[in-house]
Amino acid sequence: MSDHEYTPSSKFGKWFNDRLPLLTLANHLTDYPTPKNLNYWWTFGGILTFCLITQIITGLILAMHYVAHADLAFGSVEHIMRNVNYGWLIRYVHANGASMFFLAVYIHIFRSLYYGSYKSPREMIWILGMIIYVLMMAAAFMGYVLPWGQMSFWGATVITNLFSAIPLVGESIVTWLWGGYSVDNPTLTRFFSLHYLIPFLILGLVGLHIWALHVPGNNNPIGIDLKKPSKDTVPFHPYIVIKDLFALLVFLIIFALFVFYSPNILGHADNYIEANPLVTPAHIVPEWYLLPFYAILRSVPDKLLGVIAMFSAIFVLIILPWLDTSKVRSSIFRPLYKQFYWFLVADVLILGYVGAMPAEGIYLLVARVGTAYYFIHFLVILPILGRMERPLEIPTSITDPVLGGSVEQSFAKRHKEKI
Amino acid sequence: MRISLKIIFSFIAILSLITNLSAAEKAAKPLSPGWSFKGFFGKFDRASLQRGYQVYSEVCAACHSMKYLTYRNLAEPGGPEFSVEQAKIIASNYEVTDGPDSDGEMFTRPARLSDNFVGPYPNEQAATAANGGAYPPDMSVLVKARKGGADYIYSVLLGYDEPPAGIVLDDGVYYNTYMAGNKIKMSNPLSEDLVEYIDGTKASNEQMAKDVTTFLAWAAEPTLEQRHKLGFKALIYLLIITVLVYFSMKRIWSRIETKV
Repeated sequence: MSDHEYTPSSKFGKWFNDRLPLLTLANHLTDYPTPKNLNYWWTFGGILTFCLITQIITGLILAMHYVAHADLAFGSVEHIMRNVNYGWLIRYVHANGASMFFLAVYIHIFRSLYYGSYKSPREMIWILGMIIYVLMMAAAFMGYVLPWGQMSFWGATVITNLFSAIPLVGESIVTWLWGGYSVDNPTLTRFFSLHYLIPFLILGLVGLHIWALHVPGNNNPIGIDLKKPSKDTVPFHPYIVIKDLFALLVFLIIFALFVFYSPNILGHADNYIEANPLVTPAHIVPEWYLLPFYAILRSVPDKLLGVIAMFSAIFVLIILPWLDTSKVRSSIFRPLYKQFYWFLVADVLILGYVGAMPAEGIYLLVARVGTAYYFIHFLVILPILGRMERPLEIPTSITDPVLGGSVEQSFAKRHKEKI
Repeated sequence: MRISLKIIFSFIAILSLITNLSAAEKAAKPLSPGWSFKGFFGKFDRASLQRGYQVYSEVCAACHSMKYLTYRNLAEPGGPEFSVEQAKIIASNYEVTDGPDSDGEMFTRPARLSDNFVGPYPNEQAATAANGGAYPPDMSVLVKARKGGADYIYSVLLGYDEPPAGIVLDDGVYYNTYMAGNKIKMSNPLSEDLVEYIDGTKASNEQMAKDVTTFLAWAAEPTLEQRHKLGFKALIYLLIITVLVYFSMKRIWSRIETKV
């Protein structure tokens, strides 16, 4: 929080602000001291907010024309595509928007992993972020069911069936989730209801996420605590606002390329076939952003253990602030961690790839090794690394001289990446 | 960053190698005659769409429905662009059931522009029964519902062949080079000069396959031309505003010594 007291200049402003301090809030947000060395990886918070709002607005319009009924849903989507004015645009923005949302959230999460943003005193921001991430996956999964295509139906069948692995009550839980004895109309209507609800839960959590962020302030690429405000910081407006805007526009260009020139490339062709409970598709695959978890699920031969492994993969992320024992945040000063960080990135990409392949032969083997490594990274490597690793010398400020030169010069020479 | 990028690139290289190897095992690479509707400025070939409609209505429509299209679509911009009069005449060739009238009776009348395409069978069960147990899929979004899209449909239409030695086919099952699994329950629908094109084009198998696939691609994505046009405008707009914001950002950040 900024230290200085804010008083509105106009009389009405003062009257209003004494009763509802919205102007103080606006002033806090514009003056909010932000580290001046934030790189473009830090622009994804703003991009994600944009994605959420885009999904909510396009989703609201789609819900005006969509019909949540097993016999009518598929046709209503085609109605949106063909008869609603710019319905094709709204639907393609919403469908590709989900993918762009996940692309941005993965960059956001891996930025946090690289620069140690999850560490003290920012654990709450991280945990809130992880809850948002889990809700995003739930919303995306249920949204994918709504067009009631083949992949919708069979994806829903496979994922809800996971709960049948729970001993004793599993079968009853699945029946309860379905609202019947198979995925059918009751399943579709409840998924629609929840798909409409979750984005607003996410919106509330995003508010908390930002609130929690504004308590300690942003982490930064060199990961040190800053005096705020100081010569190491800049006011959020206009410096960060304009930079976020620029990054958002670049992001939008990529977004537009998908929406206008290959709107179906991230989807699965089978979802343009209406759901048919009697015909199972050759390969049932989830959307690309869930593939690493799908690979982990399938890599374990036992169904229950597979489900446990999949949920554990998310759970280890939630407790990450306590698994990583190193006090040093930024991997710029952690030569060993930096290597392992890139191994993890590669591991997750490989898991995503084998998640899209049939679970057999070489793919299954790779998935097993990848799954094992994923857990070893968080449960073994990170706790040990924090104790063993000798971090490089850390500067005391972004601008103050380090080892006789300024950060921009001698430090930047030793480290190729921009700080 | 250098080393890590190298690691990432080598992983990608390995992955693409694996993909190529596994792709080599599958069915033959689909044919592509070159489509006018691909690419940034892609548009449908109007004459080809009109010929394609002729092939669809004279050949495919005997078994395949296209229930999400309406007759007015045939006259809309970005499609075959028949005149409204022509579309009305096309529609009036079909009978639809309407009603109930003021006496409570259902009645049939000629189709209007606002009606959906009339299918060959009253329901899916009737279609399945009439086709030896294989339901001829609705063609409205067929091109989007098949991996490989237009290329795949075109290839299957031209992919009928004698089965290689050792493959025994049941009655009513045909061999197709490009069909997934090589077995198809639709007999070869095309033969030389099967349709007599109104515009006098020679109706070779390749020509008919290309025309009807173009028509099906439009049917699956009737707003494709509108999408490409709007996309181009959106991209130009985004590029300009991005450049403007970039220079504003440089200007603002020049007040402090840190670079952006």
